[in-house]
Amino acid sequence: MNDQKNLLSIKNLTIHYKTGGNIVHAVDNLDLDLGHGETLGFVGETGAGKTTTALGIMGLIPNPPGKIINGQVFFKGEDLLKKKHKEMRSIRGKEIAMIFQDPMTSLDPVMNVGDQIAEMIRIHEQITKDKALEKAEVMLETVGIRKDRSKDYPHQFSGGMKQRVGIAIALACNPKLIIADEPTTALDVTIQAQVLELMKSLKEKYDTSMILITHDLGIVAEICDKVAIMYAGNVVEYSDKNSLYLNPLHPYTNGLFQSIPDIEKDVDKLNTIKGLAPDPTNLPKGCTFHPRCPKALPVCSEKKPDNVMVEPNHYVKCFLYN
Amino acid sequence: MSESKVSNKSNVKRQTQLGEVWTRLKKNKLAMTGVLIIIIMAIIAIFADFIAPYDYAEQNLSSSLQFPSKSHIFGTDEFGRDIFSRLIFGSRISLAVGFIAVGIAVIIGGILGSVAGFYGGVIDNFIMRCMDVLLSIPPILLSIAILAALGPGLMNLMIATGISAIPGYARIVRASVLSIKEQEFVEAARAVGSTDIRIIIKHIIPNCLAPLMVQATLGMASAILTAAGLSFIGLGIQPPTPEWGAMLSGGRGFIRDYPYITFFPGLAIAMTIFGLNVLGDGLRDALDPKLKN
Repeated sequence: MNDQKNLLSIKNLTIHYKTGGNIVHAVDNLDLDLGHGETLGFVGETGAGKTTTALGIMGLIPNPPGKIINGQVFFKGEDLLKKKHKEMRSIRGKEIAMIFQDPMTSLDPVMNVGDQIAEMIRIHEQITKDKALEKAEVMLETVGIRKDRSKDYPHQFSGGMKQRVGIAIALACNPKLIIADEPTTALDVTIQAQVLELMKSLKEKYDTSMILITHDLGIVAEICDKVAIMYAGNVVEYSDKNSLYLNPLHPYTNGLFQSIPDIEKDVDKLNTIKGLAPDPTNLPKGCTFHPRCPKALPVCSEKKPDNVMVEPNHYVKCFLYN
Repeated sequence: MSESKVSNKSNVKRQTQLGEVWTRLKKNKLAMTGVLIIIIMAIIAIFADFIAPYDYAEQNLSSSLQFPSKSHIFGTDEFGRDIFSRLIFGSRISLAVGFIAVGIAVIIGGILGSVAGFYGGVIDNFIMRCMDVLLSIPPILLSIAILAALGPGLMNLMIATGISAIPGYARIVRASVLSIKEQEFVEAARAVGSTDIRIIIKHIIPNCLAPLMVQATLGMASAILTAAGLSFIGLGIQPPTPEWGAMLSGGRGFIRDYPYITFFPGLAIAMTIFGLNVLGDGLRDALDPKLKN
């Protein structure tokens, strides 16, 4: 894995939350790479640490209770975790932007949308307020909202339009990397498709990389180049999209695919992965998935599996492939 | 929403949030009474020179303690000064004290409260414990103590009244900041690279203006009352400047034989307080998004 070629490269990232007397192992020794212009799908159950990883990249882990224990996040070859607050602020928004899950709450209710987009521009570019507002209107048109609505407030928009505004804010300074944290979860299915289509086309237009956090393997299939499957704070499988969908290796990934209901078949009971995601304050020893794994070996409960390269660009953390 | 006749214009009726609040406030009759009282008071205060038939300090001992009549519609006091004119000039003092004292309290209390709420931890503890100390002294006693130290006078009266009201505002602002800072748009503001100060000024404070406005309106009433009370005991405005509380105090020796000397200033105070209170209540309802319909 070459740092020069990759836009983002995460090594051994470990993030803990302290709650009461317990330590929550939200992200545990995570490695990840993302190239220029690539879209990475970040898939996993609730609580697998997807959002925490995203916030870790942004340097926005709420502290306390969260703390980055260990690791490096290389962005354009520089370690973001070593940056000062001030340097991080100029990276956030300008270099790495974020699209949030719930457009209902991620926009300021008392500020009109034009001002909110212009705020992003004015923080990072030395231009007058009028110029920034003009640019904000252009951004609004880019995401398909008439520019004469820039003086409207968020409550005057529908959910899908608010998410478009969110996208406009994220793209306003032409960032190198966009982190989209479940951007379509709060939207209904038809609007989801529109928003995803918009994100896909704008991503190409602006030539940015994107990390898309989602639960939905269908979305990943549609717009991602690479996929990272996350389980209990770690990436268990990392691969090209095609390779993963044609040949899922990790038992957890297989479980996920088997849980997708088949539209052709008539089934009474849906397939599930047995058991529950482990308690992050008390992770199982060895491979964190072994208590639920149908193919568990004796070694699984003793040692943590290493990353194994099965094919070029297809890594899996499982003893089955050692 | 009214359909616009011009086809190439958007037919979305544009209304600022303030406009919306005003529309809702207009439906509340009692609150509008309050608005009317406040507007009348403000007009009286601004145009006092033109409305008042006499100078407020003009003494005429030959016509002292006159019952209300055509020439003195509210009567005269023991020095023969026209009570009506004094009331009118007094409205200036009362409104000024109300506005400025509340202004001092809102600005200082707002800053302290938002910093405490936003940063939490040691800073929060330090600021709020200081506020608790201020709160542990009854506000009127605190004002008396401050005035006793600073000496009487209009400016000192405003400062004393303002300082004693700071903890209330600090608490209200802190409470709303605590809930607002957890909202996702604050995180979103961080994610675009805003500094803390920018987030507080641009996002947090505008979002907690609603409870602050209500409290400020109600607080203005209590500030006027406190100022009147302080003037009543002789610590506030010094004669011959007319102040409603001081007029009340001056007339109390004559209350058996000439009750109108105390009646009219009392009425003026009561009306103003009433107006501010119903306006504050109305504002609270109008600003509450849960009662939108």
